Amino acid sequence: MTTIVTDNCQGCRFTDCVTVCPVACFHGDDKMLYIDNNVCIQCSACIPLCPVHAIYADDDIPEDQQHWIQTNAERSQALPVIGDKQEPLAGAEERKAALGY
Amino acid sequence: MEALGTPPNPLHVAVVGSGPSGFYAAEALLKSGLAVRVDMIERLPAPYGLVRYGVAPDHPKLKEPILLYSAIARLPHFSLLGNVAVGRDVSVEELRAHYHAVVFTCGAQTDRQLGIPGENLSGSHTATEFVAWYNGHPDYRDHSFDLSQEVVVIVGQGNVAADLCRILAKSVDELTTTDIARHALDALAGSKVREIHVIGRRGPAQAKFTNKELKELGELANCDAIVDPRDLELDAASRAEIEAKANFVAAKNVEILRQFAAQAASGKPRRLFFHFLKSPTALAGTDRVEHVVLARNRLDGEPFKQVARETAETEMLRCGLVFRSIGYSGVPIPGVPFDPRRGVFPTQDGRIVDGAGAVMPGLYAAGWIKRGPTGIIGTNRADSVSTVKTLLADVVQLPPIKEPGPDGLRRLLSARGVRTVSVEDWMKIDALEVARGQPAGKPREKFTRVAEMLQCLNVG
Repeated sequence: MTTIVTDNCQGCRFTDCVTVCPVACFHGDDKMLYIDNNVCIQCSACIPLCPVHAIYADDDIPEDQQHWIQTNAERSQALPVIGDKQEPLAGAEERKAALGY
Repeated sequence: MEALGTPPNPLHVAVVGSGPSGFYAAEALLKSGLAVRVDMIERLPAPYGLVRYGVAPDHPKLKEPILLYSAIARLPHFSLLGNVAVGRDVSVEELRAHYHAVVFTCGAQTDRQLGIPGENLSGSHTATEFVAWYNGHPDYRDHSFDLSQEVVVIVGQGNVAADLCRILAKSVDELTTTDIARHALDALAGSKVREIHVIGRRGPAQAKFTNKELKELGELANCDAIVDPRDLELDAASRAEIEAKANFVAAKNVEILRQFAAQAASGKPRRLFFHFLKSPTALAGTDRVEHVVLARNRLDGEPFKQVARETAETEMLRCGLVFRSIGYSGVPIPGVPFDPRRGVFPTQDGRIVDGAGAVMPGLYAAGWIKRGPTGIIGTNRADSVSTVKTLLADVVQLPPIKEPGPDGLRRLLSARGVRTVSVEDWMKIDALEVARGQPAGKPREKFTRVAEMLQCLNVG
């Protein structure tokens, strides 16, 4: 079972997801967040929280986003846990609107 | 006197309740940078609240927060005082005499009532009773459910309802290697249940299932999921709701339900029927529940603000067992203000307030007893963190206490003959549960009586 952060997080990084994660499995750099699936309990609480639907699980992961599985696995190991909500990136609201959310 | 929260004068906090909110509050306190001592007070000898006694046994992954909580329990300056009930073994006033602050994280222990005739007929139960029973909660050990009935009605369509559906729909073989309580497994082995009806007040576009748990209900080995395609005809406002891009979970739920509706029943031994836009108006029967009266509802209002209104159209559904799963309610504790309408301790920014809205110094709440029973495990983390932030901001003005610290409380409990359960004690009970589950291939076999748990502490 796999839950991952994908394309839409880049340029937004709203971080609403981290506030409902029971196990603090989100890691981040200055572009986006990544999920550590060794820690994630697959509860899917974060999925509806993302304002731009960047988080997908299992067979809902779109074909063109599959490469993020590997990236989430690698980047989450290298980056610190993001446990608290942070300010979205500058331009996040504009990007959200451009994405149609 | 050194400032409160510095090593010579640490902040002493009692956290009442050991579920997710309690552990997240304890973690936020212990990692705050101040000198803090946390005593977690739990009514049962076993910690972890709804993760242990609420999360369904066939979802072991969702119980993994326990790994995190057990790490918090091993942090320096954390103590567990299990088997201590506030209001029975110790009063709130006594806690206030020994702790600078008390954080209530005692959750919502009882169910909301439907408020309809026949609600308390024999054969009608709350979801809580059944969930706590199959999870081995000592308070529910001796409850029984008439599983010789063939037709079960579940009122409500949230994640608890989904859990009930699965536990009733699965064969015993599918549950036997979970941590389901032995007494429940034995009773379910004789289950005659053939039909499960799950009733929602609003429409398919408003169902509160997560995509994952709804999908799971369509993939059961022993049970066909059945949806009447007519129930999936959406009104204009509901169509607008699922077309809104941000409402992707609801849109996906409708898509999943459409797949269920399109599948022919494949002749599995059990069938799960989804009903939408229906509200029970009465349960009826001579000695026990024999049928439920359902009113058809229509939706009324703007998209995302639609409410269900009963129409004059009704139907009778024959059934022998009813579970009401329409939300939980908190339980009052003497010495703490309680809002009976919402079933919560009234708060402002996490501070408990009295009927007049005045802050009760040193009393705080977090989790379901503060917000009501919404959200899932992780939602309580942000909530506990926010209450702890408030508490830490209040540190300079917390009322001074004569004998801060747990010693006074421990003396009191010992004089009253209360056998408190520490983290080390719990680890013994935990290890014995795991060991006795092994022969049957179960992750653990829970002790389901308080006396049995305490007995573990008298040996070795």
